[in-house]
Amino acid sequence: MNTIAVIDYGMGNLHSVAKALEKAGDGVKAIISSKPEEILAADRVILPGVGAIRDCMREIRRLGFDQVVLEAVKSKPVLGICVGMQAMMEYSEENGGVECLGVFPGKVRFFGNELTENGERLKVPHMGWNEVYQQGSHPLWKDIPDGSRFYFVHSYYVDGTAGDIVAGVCRYGVSLAAAVQKDNVFATQFHPEKSQHAGLALLKNFVSWDGTR
Amino acid sequence: MALAKRIIPCLDVDKGRVVKGVKFEDIRDAGDPVEIARRYDEQGADEITFLDITASHEDRATTVHTVERMASQVFIPLTVGGGIRTVDDIRRMLNAGADKVSINTAAVFNPEFVQEAADRFGSQCIVVAIDAKKVSAPGEPGRWEIFTHGGRKPTGLDAVEWARKMTAYGAGEILLTSMDCDGTKSGFDLGLTRAVSSAVSVPVIASGGVGNLQHLVDGVKEGLADAVLAASIFHFGEYTIPEAKAYMAKQGIEVRML
Repeated sequence: MNTIAVIDYGMGNLHSVAKALEKAGDGVKAIISSKPEEILAADRVILPGVGAIRDCMREIRRLGFDQVVLEAVKSKPVLGICVGMQAMMEYSEENGGVECLGVFPGKVRFFGNELTENGERLKVPHMGWNEVYQQGSHPLWKDIPDGSRFYFVHSYYVDGTAGDIVAGVCRYGVSLAAAVQKDNVFATQFHPEKSQHAGLALLKNFVSWDGTR
Repeated sequence: MALAKRIIPCLDVDKGRVVKGVKFEDIRDAGDPVEIARRYDEQGADEITFLDITASHEDRATTVHTVERMASQVFIPLTVGGGIRTVDDIRRMLNAGADKVSINTAAVFNPEFVQEAADRFGSQCIVVAIDAKKVSAPGEPGRWEIFTHGGRKPTGLDAVEWARKMTAYGAGEILLTSMDCDGTKSGFDLGLTRAVSSAVSVPVIASGGVGNLQHLVDGVKEGLADAVLAASIFHFGEYTIPEAKAYMAKQGIEVRML
């Protein structure tokens, strides 16, 4: 049995992540868990997240999941989603500045209130379906056409020109990192569980990924 | 290329059945919101809005169950509105699988509820629904007021000011319905839509009045809407979502094609 642990630290809707995983992969058992030993015993781990980073990091630390994530990234495939991706960066500007887990180098920035593209004013949050351009090949992009649209909802972002870790970019006033990767860890700013075919394809790739490139 | 403008079909649900404007061959399965949502998902709808019009408290359990079923089969964002009055209501819907909740009347009577909700769950899942009617005389600069109780009770609140306030309180999106246009099939109130969309930094969903595909285009181009919501044109099978998207794309609007 292929077990995927979705880390439950009390933030947001984990039901749809679990359901999407079970839909995406045959014989996948998705467990929503707040037990460190159960999470570390799973074959793969997902760090989801919604809401404000300060609350997310506070709960992650309070429940000891900072150590769990740092342990998991040493040994098994890990996927971060949305604020879960941001929590894996070094630092976020949100809420006056929050130290994060530092799995990936780099920081999370605010879009600002004056975001424009070609003279057109852009709304913040960046909400809806945007095109993601893959930066090099990666097992998690298998069978997903380059430029496919994924569902985003966020007001803070990771710079899309941040170098080797950027696995996919998206344009919204700035170039933003739609996905980052390093070794056996992959993280997306978009919500694969809400991105219909493209999103389910990515989750399917994750549940069969061995963590190598 | 850029962010796509969204098309959002809206389901009005009572006691677990879609109640408004659905015409189907097989009446037994006709009103199952999960089946209808799945069909829209397959057609390429960008989100689904589920409006719970159930009046009684007992029937809300049915709603939670319906949302659970929908969320386990439809992998696009799901917004649930109607009867959201407390933090517990929100938590229940999010746990059932909703991605966003839409707060309407409760925001008017207790604006701090929106602040509390956004603090607790994040702005990304808090939609504030605004029902507005035009109150300015013809020839005057447009002015719209918030109404509650299905458009019967004026509140004295200016719609544009209210939208600004709700955004400042943490609303991540505005669902804007023109009470004048709703059900008329004569198009959105473009003046209202443009005024609100220009006044706030967050996305605005235009609602109320869609009768044909040009209305969707006008909502985006003239009304500056970030998303367009419609019910009857899709429910009655007058147009499919791919037809709507193809039409919008031809008019130069960025949409998500399957």
